[in-house]
Amino acid sequence: MKNLIDLEKKINSELTTKINKTKIKHNQIYIEIDKDDLIDVLLFVKTNKDAKFRQLIDITVVDYPEELQRFKIVYLLLSHEFNQRVILSYFINEKEVISSITSIFPSANWMEREVFDMYGVNFKDHPDLRRILTDYGFEGHPLRKDFPLTGHIESRYSEEQKKVINEPVKLEQNYRNFDYESPWEGTKYIKEQTKTDDKKN
Amino acid sequence: MTKKIKNLNLNFGPQHPAAHGVLRLILELDGEVVEKADPHIGLLHRGTEKLIENKTYMQAVPYFDRLDYVAPMNQEHAFALAIEKILGIDVPIRAQYIRVMFCEIGRILSHILNVTTQALDVGALTPSLWGFEERETLMTFYERASGSRLHANYFRAGGVHQDLPVGLERDIAKFCETFPKVINDLENLLTDNRIFKQRNVDIGVVTKEDALDYSFSGVMIRGSGVPWDLRKSQPYDCYDQLEFKIPIGKNGDCYDRYLCRIEEMKESVFIIKQCLAKMEKGPIKTFDGKISPPSKKEIKQSMEALIHHFKLFTEGYRVPDDEIYTAVEAPKGEFGVYLISDGSSKPYKCKIRAPGFSHLQSMDYLIKGHMLADVPAVLGSLDIVFGEVDR
Repeated sequence: MKNLIDLEKKINSELTTKINKTKIKHNQIYIEIDKDDLIDVLLFVKTNKDAKFRQLIDITVVDYPEELQRFKIVYLLLSHEFNQRVILSYFINEKEVISSITSIFPSANWMEREVFDMYGVNFKDHPDLRRILTDYGFEGHPLRKDFPLTGHIESRYSEEQKKVINEPVKLEQNYRNFDYESPWEGTKYIKEQTKTDDKKN
Repeated sequence: MTKKIKNLNLNFGPQHPAAHGVLRLILELDGEVVEKADPHIGLLHRGTEKLIENKTYMQAVPYFDRLDYVAPMNQEHAFALAIEKILGIDVPIRAQYIRVMFCEIGRILSHILNVTTQALDVGALTPSLWGFEERETLMTFYERASGSRLHANYFRAGGVHQDLPVGLERDIAKFCETFPKVINDLENLLTDNRIFKQRNVDIGVVTKEDALDYSFSGVMIRGSGVPWDLRKSQPYDCYDQLEFKIPIGKNGDCYDRYLCRIEEMKESVFIIKQCLAKMEKGPIKTFDGKISPPSKKEIKQSMEALIHHFKLFTEGYRVPDDEIYTAVEAPKGEFGVYLISDGSSKPYKCKIRAPGFSHLQSMDYLIKGHMLADVPAVLGSLDIVFGEVDR
């Protein structure tokens, strides 16, 4: 469909029970769904004659470690026909396994491998779920917020052993994260107060 | 008596001149025919996305130069556009022309490298010698504008870092006059060359449907006959005010992709000429003191400018809560930035969508059934740079 608003209406009316929320911003449609409806919604937006989101641009995850449903899985789709973009997302907790979409979009293969590598999210029915970007034998999931920036292991060439060896990271100085927030901007309770005031307005 | 013959497993790379960087390609061969290709990537993984999450928006810009290091400014452009859209700021028209001009210079830089090294991979040495001379000239333009040949760090949210130095516009115009002749020379060497055609025609054919399924973009999708270019379909900055054509391939093989790249270089020269003609004197970055730093002169006279300067280079500017995906047409395809900001001065999440990642993924599909000698030809026409594939 040429118009984003029409498309939003169409998606909402055809998939009523499967859509939690939609919004249009920055010329893109943001759709929130449930984990179990992923395949149905993707098949709809890919094949429906008014949507035709034929191309999967990327799959990624946003990590919110404080939340119960920790990971937000994001699918970016593009329709060449109507020149539109859709951002599909849903939340899962750390232990949940999600279904792979490699049978719908072949290009999802490496993207899901990257998500698995970087965040430790597991996929059901993926043909070849291995690590992709990190080193052979790497442990941990680097893009999780609780993974330290410096990592756990450092490698160097050892003159004695005549080979590259791995050691735990030793830093001369700890990584320093500066908090630039100035005291003039107020203490916590004042900020919360202004936030609620903003919402009222 | 029957004899059992085992398929041969061959390691192509990680140190192989035709692997265009650090690609470890594990090939399963039946005689000389490739049965299966399994690319192992990540040997150049530096954790760019993790680093960006720990840096302010301004400090994150140089990381984008280090992705596709043959066309650095095109990547910075995507990041700058993402921030600008969230902040809702307008970019002065001169800055838009400067940015588009340098993006097109980046496109020429990247295409020269790709076309000539692809020729090198199939046995032609001369094109790379001629082409690299032109790249050197282009990189001096980068240097004169930004101070460095490769890692420019030039684009900012709201404009560019500084204005062009005196005489640069004239020299770029001069280059636009002489460069088409070099493209012609390259074409004379390659386009009708018997060996070059034998090695590229009907090799690595991609159909329209598969180009969509495998998330191809850029020359990879246009070579297969899909008329899709983000500069035309979703114009950003001042691309909608410029005239240019989108070359499209017919057969989707390595040769068509080569032809597309050659034509795109000619169009880029045309775009640069238009930019130079339309560029007028004026501001090169937004005046909003909360986003772009004040000039040295102002700092010495105005207290407010001094405070702005201090805050910008310690805390950085804050970007309100939002979620956005912006993409630009980088030389290799759709380069996108999926940015989540949380109101602080550091991005909460910055996913980089690199075109090379999905192109390389299809290696198994492209090379299956081809001969071993076709691997470098196909790899060359994919236009892979490991800085962006591994991130």
